This record gives sequence, structure tokens and C-alpha cells, in this order.
Amino acid sequence: MVSAVFHAPLAASGSEAVASAVTHKAMPSVTPHVEPAKAVTQKSPYDWRGLWLAVLPPVLGFSLLIGIWALVSISTASSIPSPVATFEQAVVIFSDPFYRNGPNDQGLGWNILMSLERVALGFGLAAAVGIPAGFAIGRFEFLSRMFNPLISLLRPVSPLAWLPIGLLVFKGADPAAIWTIFICSIWPMIINTAVGVQRVPQDYMNVARVLNLSEWKIVTKILFPSVLPYMLTGVRLAVGTAWLVIVAAEMLTGGVGIGFWVWDEWNNLNVKNIIIAIFVIGIVGLILEYALIKIATAFTFEEVKS
Amino acid sequence: MNPNQTSKFIDIVGVEQTFKTKKGPFCALRDIHLTVAKGEFVALIGHSGCGKSTLLNLIAGLTTPTQGHLLCDNREIAGPGPDRAVVFQNHSLLPWLTCFENVYLGVERVFGAANKTTGATSENKAQLMARTDAALALVGLTPAAQKRPGEISGGMKQRVGIARALAMEPKVLLMDEPFGALDALTRAKLQDELLEIVARTHSTVVMVTHDVDEAVLLSDKIVMMTNGPAATIGEVLSVDLPRPRNRVQLADSPQYLQHRKAVIDFLYTRQVHVEKAA
Repeated sequence: MVSAVFHAPLAASGSEAVASAVTHKAMPSVTPHVEPAKAVTQKSPYDWRGLWLAVLPPVLGFSLLIGIWALVSISTASSIPSPVATFEQAVVIFSDPFYRNGPNDQGLGWNILMSLERVALGFGLAAAVGIPAGFAIGRFEFLSRMFNPLISLLRPVSPLAWLPIGLLVFKGADPAAIWTIFICSIWPMIINTAVGVQRVPQDYMNVARVLNLSEWKIVTKILFPSVLPYMLTGVRLAVGTAWLVIVAAEMLTGGVGIGFWVWDEWNNLNVKNIIIAIFVIGIVGLILEYALIKIATAFTFEEVKS
Repeated sequence: MNPNQTSKFIDIVGVEQTFKTKKGPFCALRDIHLTVAKGEFVALIGHSGCGKSTLLNLIAGLTTPTQGHLLCDNREIAGPGPDRAVVFQNHSLLPWLTCFENVYLGVERVFGAANKTTGATSENKAQLMARTDAALALVGLTPAAQKRPGEISGGMKQRVGIARALAMEPKVLLMDEPFGALDALTRAKLQDELLEIVARTHSTVVMVTHDVDEAVLLSDKIVMMTNGPAATIGEVLSVDLPRPRNRVQLADSPQYLQHRKAVIDFLYTRQVHVEKAA
């Protein structure tokens, strides 16, 4: 999903992807197998087929994953730990996620919180710069023509390539990681906001002209609400990318954080913890995505068809 | 008010509209001369692509003519404004505002600020809200005031659009195929309501339509347009049916049928071959 819009330029194809992301992908894959099950059990407890379809495929999917994992574990003579051993280790870790034994040995909870804090900072700065920039680029064709080549050039660059620049300029690991998050999450927000502004229906602008609305009313009552769904898609893509990037950035910069934790456990050859971290990273990413989708659907309204 | 001002409330003189396209200039309208009296209901009718919406947009001020000029109440139409309220074909309500807020947006703009030209002082919030409530009541939508456009039917949306336009107390009400997207029964109901509202408010209305019955039922004057490109006014028919009009009684009135036939004759006998050629 991330890559679909990431590779798309500001042109029509990009905005199609954005539009479909707003409408079609509003329902994540998580909900379908939760809600039908509820509905089915409420309506008629004898409709086993619906329940079956709702519960069986996800369970099978997870069983397959764990089965393959177990096979790999056996075939590598447990250098990849078995699911059971990992689970036992997870119980130990989650029983005390917030301990502190010095700067390099802290609980998983602290590591996740530190990573989330970096993401929030970098992402917040990117939103503060990217969303107004997107509005300006979408509103004025001159700016759009001026910045489009720059965005096209810089957007495909791997965020990690910016890390040395960050280290050089900010002379610290932490600001460099935040800088990396900033640079990777700013593009989807600029692009989606700009596309949203360019796609404000002409009908709404005609209404504004006939009612002779002030610039302030146009921005607050027409532009902002109609751009909001696009903007939130940009925000969602940005958070997704930021969460992908923070792990890699922290592996390089060190300190406290989930990425550093993975690297540290690798140096200790504690593979169980690495696998636990993979699951944790996945679940946190899923929660972030799900929360933003919920926000986006709350602000998406039926559009006028012309 | 002198008679000239009442009979030529809207005065369109020698208007021509040419659009620049990639294939070169495209002449949509030429040689348009039309006057609309105060309190008159005028229907613009013609085949699609004959420039009737273009003409309406010119009166609204959303576009400016390449030649000629348009006057409204003896003043040149220089741009869009709330004195010429538009009811859009697709209702164009803002989906994130409730029906009340949609209407209030226009009311606030027109009456919420002191008006230098008319000398009116600004009204307070209670007065503005009363105006909005009154407009929604006029179209029978008081119960739906707090609903969003997505929650109401197409006919109700169009009524909100009409309420939004009427609430601004415009000099002219411009309607661009207001009922075109509605089913026949809803359309008939809204036409009846519009007849009643116009009788009560004595509004000056210019309405674009492609429905012959609608044109004859509602208007005092039917402006029939030739086919585009370079469309112009082919014929103007005065509809002198007595008001209040009732669609059931009119259905077998010989006068009504005569008018209806005149319009159909123009549209399907005299203008049809041009369309084939185009």
C-alpha cells in the first residue's frame, strides 16, 4: 500500500491511487474477520458457515506461518528458536517491559516508547512543514512547477542515505534519527495535500464565488474539509514509512529504541528476542495504521458528483 | 421605480461567448439579446450543448462574455455575487456541513455584515439563525436541518440548495437544471413547491431546463435556443397561462397544449436537423 502511492508522481495516476486509498482501503483487513463473526453469532447461532469463513482462514494463515517457522527451526537445529521457546521467552519479557539496568539494558517497553517518541518528533516536524507546503504547492501552479522537479528527484532517495548528513549537521545520533524520519515522512504529506488541493471540486469553488465568501471562510469551510481526507492519507503513509525507517535508523545510530534493541540482541546472539521484536514492530505498525484509518474515515464525506 | 427598470431588470445586449480550446477558439454563444422583467419567470430551453448553461453562468457572473454586456438592475454584471443566487444542477452542498450550516453560510455573508450599498446594518446571530430557519421552513425541511447532505434524499438536497439561494434574498434566482437529476415524481413535487414559493416571494427567476412541460408549467417566457456551436436565441414564447397554475387542470387545457406544441415543434422539427449535421 505504501509503495503504491510512493512511486506515483503528482500527476493523475498518483492522485487516482490516493483517491482509491481513501475510499477502498478505508476498511483494513483486520475488521472483516472480526465483525462478521459478531454479527453472525447475534443473528443466528446456527449459521456455522459464516462463522467458519470468518474464523478459519485467518487461523489457518497463522498456523501456516507457525508451521513453517517450526520446520525451519527443526531443520536449522534450533539456531532459529522454535515457536514454543520464543513464546516462553516472550512471556518473560512482557512480564517486565519497563525495567532499567543502565543505559544499554532497558525493558522492551522503554525501547518502543523511545522509538515512538522519535517517530512522533520527526513526523510532527514533517507535518508542520509538509502540510502547509502541500497547500501552497497545490494552490499555486507556479510553486507546483517550481518544486515538482525537486520532489521527484529527492523522493526516491532512501531515507537512510540522509542519515550521514543528519549526523554531520546535528552532531548527534538522536537528532540524526529524527531528521531521517522527517525527510522520509515529508514527501507523502506534501504530495497528498497538494493533490487534495488541486482536486477540490470546481462546484464548491463556484459556491464560494456565488456566496462571495471571504478567503478565511473559503479556507476553513471549503478547502480544508475537502483536502482533509487526502491529507490524512498522506499522514497515514508517512507514519507507515516512518515506522519502517526508524528501525533501520536506530540500528545505525544506537541508543535506546526498538531498532537498537534488535541490533543489540543480534550482537548477543539472542535470536528469540529478535523474533519477538519483529512481532512487536509489526503489531505497533498495525495499530498506528489502524488508528489513522479510523480517523480518516471519520472525516471522509460523500462527494458531489458532477 | 421607472418602468424601464422593471421591464429590463436583466438586460443582455449583444453577448457573444467564445472559449479558447486546444483546437482553436470555440464560439458557444453569439448575438444574444434578452431582457427579463422584475418578477418574471424565464425558462431557457434547448438541446444539450446549445449554451443555455453558458448563458446562465454569464448572468451569474461566473464567466465574462467575450463581447457585449449584461446588466442587472441597471448595473453591469462584473462577477458573481449573492444578489444573483444560483441553484446548481448537482445541488453543490458542502457535505461536511449540516443543511442548516449550508444555508447559514450564505445568510451570514449577506446579512451578517453591514452593507454599504443598501445601507443595511449587520444583523445579530439570532436574526441570522431565524432567517436560516425560515428558509428551511419555506422548503419544508425544518426536521432535516441538523442532517448532513449525505443523509438526505436527492430531492431534499435540491430543496436545501433552493433554500440556500432564497435565504440570501437575491434579486434574481438562477437555476441550472435544478430538477434534472431527480425522478419524475419528486421533480413534479418540487416544481409545484417552486411555483408556490415564487408566487409568495415574487422572485425573478431564470431557469435552464430541457423539460418542455417544466418550462410551460413554470415560466412566463420560454427562451428557445438554437443548436450550438454559435448558438443564439431562436424564438421567445410568452406563456400567458393564468396563475396559480395547477398541473392537473393544465393537462387538458388547450392553451397549455398549444404552448407545449410550439416548444416541441421548435425543438424537434426545426432544430433537429441541425443537431444531426453537427
